[in-house]
Amino acid sequence: MSSLAVHQVPSAAGATGAARGRPPLRRRIALVPTLTLLLGALYCLLPVAWVVIASTKSGRELFTTFTFLPGTGFADNLRDLDAYRDGVYWQWMGNSALYAGLGALLSTCVSAFSGYALATYRFRGRETMFNILLAGVLMPPIILAVPQYLLMAKAGLTDSYWAVLLPQVLSPYGVYLARIYAAAAVPDDVVEAGRMDGASEWRIFTRIALPMMVPGLVTVFLFQFVAVWNNFLLPYIMLSDDEKFPITLGLFTLLEQGANTPALYTLVITGAFLAVIPLVALFLVVQRFWSLDLLSGAVKS
Amino acid sequence: MPNTKRRRLLVRGAASALAITLGATALAACGSSDDDGGTASGPVSLTYWTWTPGMDKVVDLWNKGQGKKDRITVTVKKQASGDTLITKILTAHKAGKAPDLVQAEYQALPTLVSNDALADIAKNVGDARAKFADGVWQQTTLGTDAVYAVPQDIGPMMFYYRADLFKKYGLTVPATWEQFAETARALKKKSPGTDLTTFSASDSGLFAGLAQQAGAKWWTTSGDKWKVAIDDAATKKVADFWGGLVKEGAVDNQPMYTPAWNKALDTGKQIAWVSAVWAPGTLTTAAPDTKGKWAMAPLPQWSDGENVTGSWGGSSTAVTTDSKHKEAAAKFAAWLNTDGDALNALAKEGGIYPASTSAQLSGAFTTPPDFFSNQADFYALAAKIARTTAPSAWGPNVNVAYTTFNDAFGAAAKDRSDFSAALAKMQSATVADMKKQGFEVSE
Repeated sequence: MSSLAVHQVPSAAGATGAARGRPPLRRRIALVPTLTLLLGALYCLLPVAWVVIASTKSGRELFTTFTFLPGTGFADNLRDLDAYRDGVYWQWMGNSALYAGLGALLSTCVSAFSGYALATYRFRGRETMFNILLAGVLMPPIILAVPQYLLMAKAGLTDSYWAVLLPQVLSPYGVYLARIYAAAAVPDDVVEAGRMDGASEWRIFTRIALPMMVPGLVTVFLFQFVAVWNNFLLPYIMLSDDEKFPITLGLFTLLEQGANTPALYTLVITGAFLAVIPLVALFLVVQRFWSLDLLSGAVKS
Repeated sequence: MPNTKRRRLLVRGAASALAITLGATALAACGSSDDDGGTASGPVSLTYWTWTPGMDKVVDLWNKGQGKKDRITVTVKKQASGDTLITKILTAHKAGKAPDLVQAEYQALPTLVSNDALADIAKNVGDARAKFADGVWQQTTLGTDAVYAVPQDIGPMMFYYRADLFKKYGLTVPATWEQFAETARALKKKSPGTDLTTFSASDSGLFAGLAQQAGAKWWTTSGDKWKVAIDDAATKKVADFWGGLVKEGAVDNQPMYTPAWNKALDTGKQIAWVSAVWAPGTLTTAAPDTKGKWAMAPLPQWSDGENVTGSWGGSSTAVTTDSKHKEAAAKFAAWLNTDGDALNALAKEGGIYPASTSAQLSGAFTTPPDFFSNQADFYALAAKIARTTAPSAWGPNVNVAYTTFNDAFGAAAKDRSDFSAALAKMQSATVADMKKQGFEVSE
């Protein structure tokens, strides 16, 4: 899923450059790139198709019928999933939505504040701060999970919703992106003009800069949402109560039931399929903000 | 520090960790219960990490019965099983936040003990000993006077075969491994497309169990040092036996638990399975069309007249050193794994095969599993086989040995090449890792 977002950002920048420069070339079909892309798409979509089709198979059909032949057990799978431990799956779904939704929202706020500040204000230590942030971008969050757990344990917050939410609030990459975006999208002149007119810094930020930064912030939100939704290690270490588990962890417990209990494949596959739907929906809904991104880039002087 | 050497035998890392030794002379003072005030004072609530399905329902029995009387409430926090859980327990232990009770597989106990994560509950559960076979109980003591866990379920190994197809191909159930090889060859001759079974290089636990049956003792201690003997004569015998069969093509070399394997079992392309007592559950989902066509027999033996088996799987209930109510936790652990009602519920809800010998023939185990309804004496035979389980010898880095097994044997099985080279690799990687961790290893 996250790869979708990655492709979007550079394409926006590329379109801006092209529009600004020479007149557009006449399009012709480039065979090799098209084929490569089609192959890439196939490579990405095949597993998704597998999940979709496998979720319709009953346990008996799962490993015995042809892989891409739809089965007959989708309704039963849903019913079984719903019945598993009194519907704990929906609890996991809700938890994931809370962690990803609230976490991404808070993270976007922090990124917006700090990105804007880093882009607009000149102050001592700004570059140092930004460089430390860049180092943070390079640091894989997995490395931090255990130290974060030990910190949370000191604060007595382990096995709580906060234990998963708090570490996600500061996203170095989000701040980095917000700064780059704010530097490009919020011209200094506009900020100056606001000051001349006597607007407070807060007002300039909320009324002028923030609307200009929206497309960038949407990207930050999506990145963070997908990252939290797919996150495994942090909640795995932080949480022990399975009523607080996000979907990733919950499905893992269904798979690893111990040597003497067969893994609940059909439930896991159906659960994984349902877990993808909110992400797809989110991307479809938010897509229009990206087209806005393209426009606002092109219109700029 | 005068006792550094002894300390390094089992305890690594944390300097504050209490000394634990495997020597019978020096009994570990671990888990001293100074902080373990009376259980009578006030209600106690305990948390329990387990992966057994339906454990919450079993624990309800305790919370409404015995636990209510003793004012001890247990809360289940369901976890995923496997090595990752050990890592999670150790991480929590580092922060002093491990739960009161954990479920742990036998081979993980040395790892947990060497990190000082498990309390010695010998004083509290000593009476339970009589309920278990010696070979099972010994796994929870690690050969010391301490007791680090109460056995919950076991996985004595057995030989499963398609009774109908054995008859069809004119095969007899092999009593020795030699006969097993002949059976595999005879089947290949009669039906080249059919395999007796497969050697799965992704199931290290199966290989460990087979080696255990042959008399291997992979980890032992002498004096202050560990001895690693993964490439001992017994294991070599097992490795060469299977390596030979794979090389000549008498058995398949594909891993188990894959869709292809399920299909092979379901369609009768593989007609036997070396497995453990929990196999009926696996077969129910892997080969649903073969219900009632299987039968179970003791594992083939290395020499005629012998009667030994290994184990594959099984777990125990342990009390952590972080628990503030070790005595209460131990009381619950003993109840869970020895009380008749609890074990019945465990069998019904969690599908486990109990370690407690008295439970192996009662309740849920008076009738054969559904999938084996044709074999009326299934559990009577199983209980008899369970008594012949060879002692096991686990060490503090079973996970490393297992990972190396998957890599080295996976490659060897794929190329149908020499298994003893893979075994040597397993040995050297395990020794190297132990040294790296700071254990003293004798060559």
